[in-house]
Parts: sequence; structure tokens; C-alpha cells
Amino acid sequence: MKINKLYVFLLALALVAPTVVYPVFLMKVLCFALFACAFNLLLGFVGLLSFGHAAFLGTGGYVTGYLMLQTGISPELGILAGTACAAVLGGIYGKLAVKREGIYFAMVTLALAQLAFFFYLQAPWTGGEDGLQGVPRGKLLGMIDLSDNMTMYYFVLAIFLFGFWMVHRTVHSPFGQILKAIRENEPRAVSLGYNVNDYKWAAFVISAALAGLAGSTKTLVFQLASLTDVHWHMSGEVVLMTLLGGMGTIFGPLVGAGVVVTIQNYMSGGELGNYIHIIMGVIFIVCVLAFRSGIVGEFQKLVKKNFN
Amino acid sequence: MKAMKKTLLAAAMSVAAATGVQAAGVSDDVVKIGVLADMGGVYADICGKGCVTAVEMAVEDFGGTVLGKPIEVVSADDQNKPDVGSAKVRQWVEDEGVDAVNGLVASSVTGAVTKVLTDAKKIALISTSASHAFTTKACSPYNVHWTYNVAALANGTVKPMVDAGKKKWFFITADYAFGHALEGIASKVIESSGGEVVGAVRAPLGTTDFSSYVLQAQASGADVVGLANAGADFVNALKTSAEFGLTETADVAGLLVFTHNAKALDPAIAAGMKATTGFYWDMDDQTREWSARFKERHGSIPAMGQAGAYSMTMHYLNAIKAAGTDDADAVMKQMKSTKPNDFFARNAYLRNDGRMVHDMLLVSIKDAASRKSEDDIYNIEATIPGDVAFNPMLPQCDFK
Amino acid sequence: MATLFGINLFALSGQLLVGLINGSFYALLSLGLAIIFGLLKIINFAQGAMYMLGAFFAWMALNYMGINYWVALILVPIAVGGIAILIERYLVRPIANEDHLYSLLLTFGIALILQGLFTHIYGSSGLPYSIPAELKGGTKLPFMYLPNYRAWIIVSSLIVCLGTWWVIEKTKLGAYLRAGTENPQLMQGFGINVPLITTLTFGFGVALAGFAGVLAAPVYSVSPEMGSNILIVVFAIVVIGGMGSIGGAILTGLLMGVVEGLTKFFYPEASTTVIFMFMVIVLLLKPAGLFGKEA
Repeated sequence: MKINKLYVFLLALALVAPTVVYPVFLMKVLCFALFACAFNLLLGFVGLLSFGHAAFLGTGGYVTGYLMLQTGISPELGILAGTACAAVLGGIYGKLAVKREGIYFAMVTLALAQLAFFFYLQAPWTGGEDGLQGVPRGKLLGMIDLSDNMTMYYFVLAIFLFGFWMVHRTVHSPFGQILKAIRENEPRAVSLGYNVNDYKWAAFVISAALAGLAGSTKTLVFQLASLTDVHWHMSGEVVLMTLLGGMGTIFGPLVGAGVVVTIQNYMSGGELGNYIHIIMGVIFIVCVLAFRSGIVGEFQKLVKKNFN
Repeated sequence: MKAMKKTLLAAAMSVAAATGVQAAGVSDDVVKIGVLADMGGVYADICGKGCVTAVEMAVEDFGGTVLGKPIEVVSADDQNKPDVGSAKVRQWVEDEGVDAVNGLVASSVTGAVTKVLTDAKKIALISTSASHAFTTKACSPYNVHWTYNVAALANGTVKPMVDAGKKKWFFITADYAFGHALEGIASKVIESSGGEVVGAVRAPLGTTDFSSYVLQAQASGADVVGLANAGADFVNALKTSAEFGLTETADVAGLLVFTHNAKALDPAIAAGMKATTGFYWDMDDQTREWSARFKERHGSIPAMGQAGAYSMTMHYLNAIKAAGTDDADAVMKQMKSTKPNDFFARNAYLRNDGRMVHDMLLVSIKDAASRKSEDDIYNIEATIPGDVAFNPMLPQCDFK
Repeated sequence: MATLFGINLFALSGQLLVGLINGSFYALLSLGLAIIFGLLKIINFAQGAMYMLGAFFAWMALNYMGINYWVALILVPIAVGGIAILIERYLVRPIANEDHLYSLLLTFGIALILQGLFTHIYGSSGLPYSIPAELKGGTKLPFMYLPNYRAWIIVSSLIVCLGTWWVIEKTKLGAYLRAGTENPQLMQGFGINVPLITTLTFGFGVALAGFAGVLAAPVYSVSPEMGSNILIVVFAIVVIGGMGSIGGAILTGLLMGVVEGLTKFFYPEASTTVIFMFMVIVLLLKPAGLFGKEA
């Protein structure tokens, strides 16, 4: 009951927020929150640390950007195509990565993401270091002009809510229960007759698709797809957001993304710009040493309640 | 809060429009100039904080106010990343009331930023970017490109070398908008002058080990290896060329050389190399006077883009004063109708496509023996008239 | 120009040399990772940052204290190893019994801090470090022009790699180390100070990265980014080789450098990705890696 109230309150907050805060900033938070939710599905609920999720964010972004620029299709189709491509890439990368576990899984995903990085750096259609610039936001369903920031915001909010709901559904489904069983005790899950690698792979694909959805949306918001989205820094950032917010919690990634994007926004451009990485590094160390449940996790312990 | 203020302002403006009052004067009661540049990366020395200093100097020299309103300068680091730069500029114009953006270094960033500015109808004052795209295939009524561009570099540096018999060229190119543009336009110049391009290799921005690229250049058998890169990339590429003995078997030509980079190079490697530049501090009394003031504040002599940033800011502020408004369309019209004339801009005019045409200099790097001070880097070989250096205006970019 | 079957030998041998040089750095770094993994079962994500630190220390020693290249080559690895020992003692050890993913994240955090710190102080454009006077110039070989310093990189890193291999595989100290890897409790029972050995091993593994950093300073300019770029490649190499053997780590490192060099000659466009492609193939055919022991 109380949790329902929380949802209603948050939704109301999200609806009025753009009248007070710069909408592009809010959209950035939402895109990264979705990205972190997708990532958390793997780390928090299956226990797989992917260090290469930027590849899926970037794939969504580049494919959507390219289609919007070259074919002028409507934005919802562009986003669908971007998400689909990210899912396909996730299918391939996932097949390879689930062959290894633990630390090796992290290294394999990182290396595969670097492969994607060089692909986007060198492919003739991605614009290399320039990225894809001036991507039109287009007209939603051919009717609603998204070039206005307010309209765009509510579109992004709808996408975010959809993604958030997807993660929520997945976690609370029987499928999600098996994932958690794998996280807690993989040998037991094997002995119960589950083909663990297939489950891991399926979770990987869902996660990759949602990361791609976040990337596609982000490209529309900023009208740009660039190498930053596929760089390993981005993979590290999403780990940080999830860890800081609280992995394995539903709201953790949202909070983590909000905090990290706010810090970045506050510091970018100024004299303090280079401190961003130092601060991120310190947060990593503090989280690992003393704050492993993250903001939401610690809060849940405090109020003895689980918002999942 | 901010949004509320804006709504009120918009309401007030629509009332003003409805009552038939000409929307003149200064919007937001302040003229805000943003300076966007790479502040800590490979291009930090050629614009960076020096561009901020130059713009601030211009504002001070102008008197700090225009039309009775204060002039404010804000700055940001784009890290040479198009996404960082364009997001910052978007926030500047949508949320913080910035009227024009100065600086602008990496062509990749400038490409993304000018698109945002054109959509918002704000002016891009491009000081250090080299690509000619901003006044050709990506031209816009709100672009002003001041100091130089790749066409001037190719016409100024490459053509004389081909004419002097260096026919076979190989390029080591920075792998993004600027490098591609420079390589492309230089190749055209080479082929139209009877030369031949035997190959090219693309190296990412910020490459530190050029050895494999240098080996490719060496294997090509070219007379000239053209370095279509800039800043630290150019310095590193030239050093590696010397290490592998390439400088002994072929001419290695830097196509875009900034004074700071020339200064950092060992004269034994670099002496005699020719370069085209939009500005050199030691040209005459006027340039020396301004450069001395700049050096006192910034600590080093001005790079051409920094001098350009000053000159361009002055011209922009003068135009606001003359037009009586900071409205972008009116200011652009004014800027194009008055000829800039200061220590930087000689025989200059701002073309309708946004290209500032002025005299360029062909210089050569001095050897160690003939340098009188640490800043004494170039011999001025010739003045290249603006209309020779810059390619003619394209009809589709003739924004009146 | 020397050619064989239409292949430009001058260019080919040049690219092979560049490949071998890169391979030397890969070998030093993956060797360090493998040694640390052997005893601590963790992957040090800060290995690249430590390599960067080695290069910066060499630069700082020269510019602030006048310490020349040769002295730096000895002192800097010791200093970097010392810092690593502090990190192991106060940051890594408290979480030694947790999931090893946490130590990966911890060292990733350390890498971010170091990289951010040096970017903040020195900018990201890179600082020049001259080749020591004794190794300036080059030698004209029949097929190519070989800069002396590049030859020195290959020779010195081979000596260090083989020396390390010999100590671990052939000496008593190495035997303790290997035994500690297999069964730490038993070793502790024999009265051997396993935590001390663990700390020193971590220090030594990282010191190798510091050594590589000093070697790299004169050829790559000293920049904060230098470590992270190479580290990801080294991770792929570690996955290719598997971390089961010391010799395997060295061999895979050198081999991948050569593969990269060959690619630069025959198909330069793929040179940045060839090692990752190789990793994919190894994952498909032999998921445990070429020298991997675990199933």
C-alpha cells in the first residue's frame, strides 16, 4: 500500500519536474537511469558484472542516429530499430561472455566492448570522432513534433517508465526467480536441472536491449551519437551508478544515475572538470569498502523495508 | 525559477510585439559570450585558457559594457568531444542566455556546436577550427569563421611545394573532420598542380606512437609526407619521423603548425619547414604591442586562434553597438557590412558565407643560430592575399 | 627497395619490430597480472594506471630531481611497487575474502583516481621524455632502420620477463610462491608467512608495470591515458592466454604484439581490433584460454 503511494508520488514528481528544472538535464538523468536499470538487471539480479555495457548503449544510439539522419523515419521506429540492433549484439556478445565466469566475464565483456568501440571509430557511416551530428528529433507517429524540449521530455519519461516496468516485470517473474537462484548459488541451480548459461544469456539480451533503448533515446535528446557512448568510461560509469544507488534494488540505479549525472553536470566545463574522475574513483572505493548496499540498500536497511 | 522568469519574459516580449514595439536592445539585459575550447587536452595550448584571456581582454578594451548593458564571459572545457561541447552549448543557449559562442577548436566539436547554435539562432564565432565545412557544406547564416581554414593552408603551404617539384605525396592524417578536410583539400591542390597522392594513413586524435604510420609513409616512397594533423599530434608525428630516419629520405611537411608547437620542436628537426599562419606576433609594431599585453596576462605569446578570438570579439561587440541590438540576425548583418581592421585583420572583410577573408602569412621555422629570443620562431617569407588564400564563396552559402 | 614475392620487406620488418615492441609491453603487463592473480586470485584493474605512474615518475624524477633515465629504471619500479604494497595492505586485504568482483571494482576506482589526478595536474596532451643519450640514433640493418632505443625495449623487457619466469619456476622462493598459490593454509602451517608473500607478490607484479612505464616514457609521450588504453588490450591477452602459467602470459603477450604488427602491414584497418577478434576465436574454440588450466 505504502509502496504504491511511493510510486504515485514519484510519478507526480516526474510530471511536474520539467517546469522547475532544465528539461534536457532531466532527460539525461532518465536515459542514464534506464541504462543503469538495464545494467542492474545483470549485476544485481544475476550477479554478472558486465564491463562492456557501453557497447549496447552506443549501438542503440548509432543505429537510431543513422536511421533518423539518412532515412528520415519517425522517431519511434528509429528507437525500435536501435533497440533491436542492441539486442542482437547482446545476443552475440552474451553467447561468448557466458562461457566464462566472474572476473573473466568482466574482462571478456570489456574486451568485446572495445571491439565495438573500434568498429564505431572506423566504420564509414558513424562519422568517427565527429560522431553523428545534427540528428533530427523528428515527429512522433508522424504527428507530434519533438523538437520542443517539453514534448520530448514526456516522450522520454514514457520510454523510461516502459523500461522500468520491463525490469520490474522481469525481476518479479518466475524467470527472475531463477536468475536470483543462479546469483545465490549457481551449482545448486545447475543441480536443479536449469541450463544456467541459457538463463544468463537471456538476461544478458534483455539487459542489452534496454541499454540500447536508453542509448537510442539519448541520441534523440542530444541529437548526437558519439564515441563517448561506446567508450569504456561509459561502462565504468554505469557500474558506478548501480553500485552507488544500490545494486539488486529496483530504485537504486535511478538514484545512482541521478546523483552521478548531477555531479557531472555541476562540475563539467568548470575548473573542477578533471575532478570528476577522481570523485568517481573515490566513490567506487568507498562503496566497495564500506557502503556495499548503496544508497537505496542502506536506506532499506534503515527503514527495514524492501521497495522491490 | 529560471523557467518561470523565462515564461514571464516571453510573455512580456509577446506583449511588446503585439503593441508593435520593435524588439530592440539587449535581451536579458546582458550580453553573454561563451568560450568553448579544449582546456586540458592536445589542443589546450593553441586556444584553451588563452582564448578565454583574449576574449576577456577584448571585453575590457571595449569598456565592459555595450548599449549600457554589461558584457559577461563564461567558459567551458569541451575535452575535444562533440557530445560534451554540444550539450554544454545547448544548456548555455537554452537555459543560461548565452548570445554567442567564441573559441571552438576541434572541428568535430565545432560541427556539432554550430548545428545547435543555428537551431537556436545564436552566433558561432569560430577562432581555431580549421575545417572549411562551416562556410561550405555545413554553412549557416550564424557562422563566423575568423582566423584561417584548411583551404588557406593547402593553397599557402602545399601548392608552392608541388610547384617546386615535390610531386609524390603521402599523408598522415588526424582521423576526424579536420584531418579529413585538410587531406581532401590538399589532395585536390596537389592533383590540380600536377602532383600525385600515393597514399594516406589515418591516425586517431591523440595518438602517441606514430611509428607504424611513419613506417607506412616510409614504404610509400613519397617525396613529401604531409602531416595533416595539429597540436601535440603534429609534434609527436614529426619526432617519430626523425627517430626512424624518415626526415632524411623525404620532406616531412606540417600542414597546420601553431607557434607553440613550432617552439616545442627541436630546431635541428624543424628548421626550414614552411607553414601558413593567420597571425604571427612579431610581424609589426601593432602585432607586437598587442602580443606583449597578451603575454603579460597569459604567460606566453598568442597563438593565431587566440589573436583571432580577440579580433572577432571586438568586431562582434562593435556590431552590437552599431546595430543597437544583440539580436543575432541584426548583428550578423552589421558584422558583414563593416570591414574589420585591427592588428590581426589586415585587408579584411567578412564574406556573406561567414568566412573572414584577410591576409595570411607564409613563414618558415628559424634554425637555432638565427633565433634572438625563445619566442623568435619564424621568418616571414611572404604575405598571401586573402583572395588567393581562401577559396571563393559557394552560391548556396551567400547569406545576405 | 627489398622485396620478396611482391612484399616490401623493409616495411614488413619495420611493422614486425613495432609489433614486438608493443608485445614487450603486453608481456610485462600480463606477466604482472598473472603473478598477482596466481596468489591473490584477483585482477588488478589499476595495472594500467601503475604503468602510467611509472612513466610519470620517470618524468618527474628527471624534471624535478634531475634523476636520469638509468637510475629511474631501477628506482621507479621500486617506488611504484611500494605504493602497490600500501594499496594491498590497506585497501585490497580488508576485502580479500569477499567476492573477487569487489577487488576488481576497487582497483578500477584506484585507476580512475590516479588517471584523474594526473590529468588534472598535467593535462591530457602528454609530456615529452627524451631518449637517453646513450641510446639515441639507430642502426641501418639490411632490411630496415632500427632505432637503438626500440631495440633496447625488446632486449630489456625480455631479460626481465625471463628472469621473473626463472625465479618463479626454478628457485626455492618461486616454489614457496607456487605452493602458496596451491594451498595457502598448508603453507601457513609450515611456518611460512603467507600474507607477507602475498603482499610482496602484489608489489612485485605491480613493479613490473612501473618498469614498463619507464621503458615506455621515451617512445610514447607520458600521458594520463596511456595506461587505460593498453590495459584493455592486455585484458584480452589474458583471456586469450589464460592465467594458468607464467610462461604462457609472456608468450601470449609477445605473440599478440607480433600478430598486431603483421596486421598493420597486411591490413592496417584491422590492427586495432585483431587482438579482440583473436580473443573471440579463442573463446569459441578453447574457452579456458591457450594456456589455461581450469575447465
